[in-house]
Amino acid sequence: MEEQKQAIMEFLEGKKGKSKFYFSDFCKIFPDLKQREVKKFLTALVNEGKLEFWSSGSTTMYGIKGAGKQNAEED
Amino acid sequence: MAKHKTPLLDELESGPWPSFVSDIKMEAEHRHQNPDGLDYQIPVDCPDDLLGVMELSYKDKETHWKHGGIVGVFGYGGGVIGRYCDQPEKFPGVAHFHTVRVAQPAGKYYTTEYLRGIMDIWDLRGSGMTNMHGSTGDMVLLGTTTPQLEEIFYDLTHTMNTDLGGSGGNLRTPADCLGKSRCEFACYDTNAVCHALTNDYQDELHRPAFPYKFKFKFDGCPNSCVAALARSDFSVVGTWKDDIRIDQDRVKAYVAGEFKPNAGAHGSRDWGKFDIVAEVVDRCPTKCMSYDGAKLSIDNSNCTRCMHCINVMPAALKIGEETGASILLGAKAPILDGAQMSSLLMPFVVVEEPYDEIKEIIENIWDWWMEEGKNRERVGETMKRLSFQKLLEVTGIPAMPQHVKEPRSNPYIFFKEEEVPGGWTRDQQAFRERHKS
Ligand code: HEM
Ligand code: SF4
Ligand code: SF4
Repeated sequence: MEEQKQAIMEFLEGKKGKSKFYFSDFCKIFPDLKQREVKKFLTALVNEGKLEFWSSGSTTMYGIKGAGKQNAEED
Repeated sequence: MAKHKTPLLDELESGPWPSFVSDIKMEAEHRHQNPDGLDYQIPVDCPDDLLGVMELSYKDKETHWKHGGIVGVFGYGGGVIGRYCDQPEKFPGVAHFHTVRVAQPAGKYYTTEYLRGIMDIWDLRGSGMTNMHGSTGDMVLLGTTTPQLEEIFYDLTHTMNTDLGGSGGNLRTPADCLGKSRCEFACYDTNAVCHALTNDYQDELHRPAFPYKFKFKFDGCPNSCVAALARSDFSVVGTWKDDIRIDQDRVKAYVAGEFKPNAGAHGSRDWGKFDIVAEVVDRCPTKCMSYDGAKLSIDNSNCTRCMHCINVMPAALKIGEETGASILLGAKAPILDGAQMSSLLMPFVVVEEPYDEIKEIIENIWDWWMEEGKNRERVGETMKRLSFQKLLEVTGIPAMPQHVKEPRSNPYIFFKEEEVPGGWTRDQQAFRERHKS
């Protein structure tokens, strides 16, 4: 679990210019794992306050908590 | 005195219909008077500024709302939809105007005490404006600010013992018709299965990991009071296997005018004497009924369970006794591709606790769609893109005559090796023996 959470954080920190990602983007980090397994890592990171959800109302994305231009705009 | 002049919106009050503009004005007035002496937690002129920003949008013919946002309650990826106004200086009352979706109970049974409890929370911590109910079924509480969200969530879960509904790429709050709690047509207990699956799939409801939204809806019979077939990705519609039960004496009583057709539902006009042939037999979509002047007959093998005859003569005709449901997949509104109704996947399942048969189908579909679905693709679109055959394969459901909707439009059928007896290997020696020259 720790190893995979680390991999997710590294993936996100390595991305420049983009702060929000679809669930499927994270699944690509773990091509051999079931989607439901990947979800457990993301849920754990959300519960630890490291990641947060972004939603348009109809779609949902994940990002590092506090990252991205929207945060500043939305106070 | 109105805070903003709204000549364009005022037009919407001039028709013969109830107007949401009048409702919002009434709420604006009510908040200024504050008869209950509330310590409003969001700007008191929120309804005034909503009218103001709407008037501006009508004038500009452009929205003044920004798209989406990072609001929600801790750990939940849905249930709150972030809304921010792009003119916060002019309309500070709606600078934040987030929507909170509150899960509706199965069958939408509330006590008035409960509804008052919800409104006590919402008058204090929100705009006081609601939409009852949204298309998914939730109570839609319209307009609050970010700092109020956790407070509202705490009150909803602790005081009201309820939960947020779904939004975003997750399972949306499941919805059902009244079913057996009120309706004699119900072929299974919609309320029980809706409640059970809502509890079983809490993770899917609150933590989005699907390509897009996913809805379950449960209709107790083909009358489809929640329109599952048109409005849900996974539509469960009650049906029966055996024959429609006919009470011939009561059929005669309908003919004699002793019972009102449709239980009197269309009684506001005089339709003349009840004509069983014109109103029932000839309107059967599959022409499987006949009436010889004394006896009504149904060729049940050709009945599509459309409910028409039962709706007209509920005292004489009853659904069969071997009841269950059909499962259909893939309805959606015209968001990316066109609108679509669900396609029949399982003609008949028995709907009984703990609903393992239904859950197995659901979970196989999710596994497949999570793997193969594109971002923002509904399962109905995935099904069309990758074919209905593929859907049958991942759900392990054998192809059957009920799946056929039309003569095939694609002449190419490619068999897989496991579908062909003996596979691709053959005895070359024996083949040559049979084809000598
Ligand atoms: C008086 C104001 C409004 C009313 C009466 C209203 C009503 C509704 C209703 C009934 C639904 C369906 C909910 C459901 O499926 O359960 C809905 C969904 C939605 N609303 Fe509103 N709404 C209002 C304001 C807004 C505003 C200001 C925005 C955008 C800035 C907005 C964006 C949306 C979106 C994107 C959805 C669809 C979410 C989804 O995909 O499920 N609404 N609204
Ligand atoms: S869908 Fe059928 S069972 Fe459900 S309430 Fe309507 S008529 Fe009754
Ligand atoms: S339910 Fe519909 S299809 Fe069946 S016999 Fe009655 S009218 Fe005909």
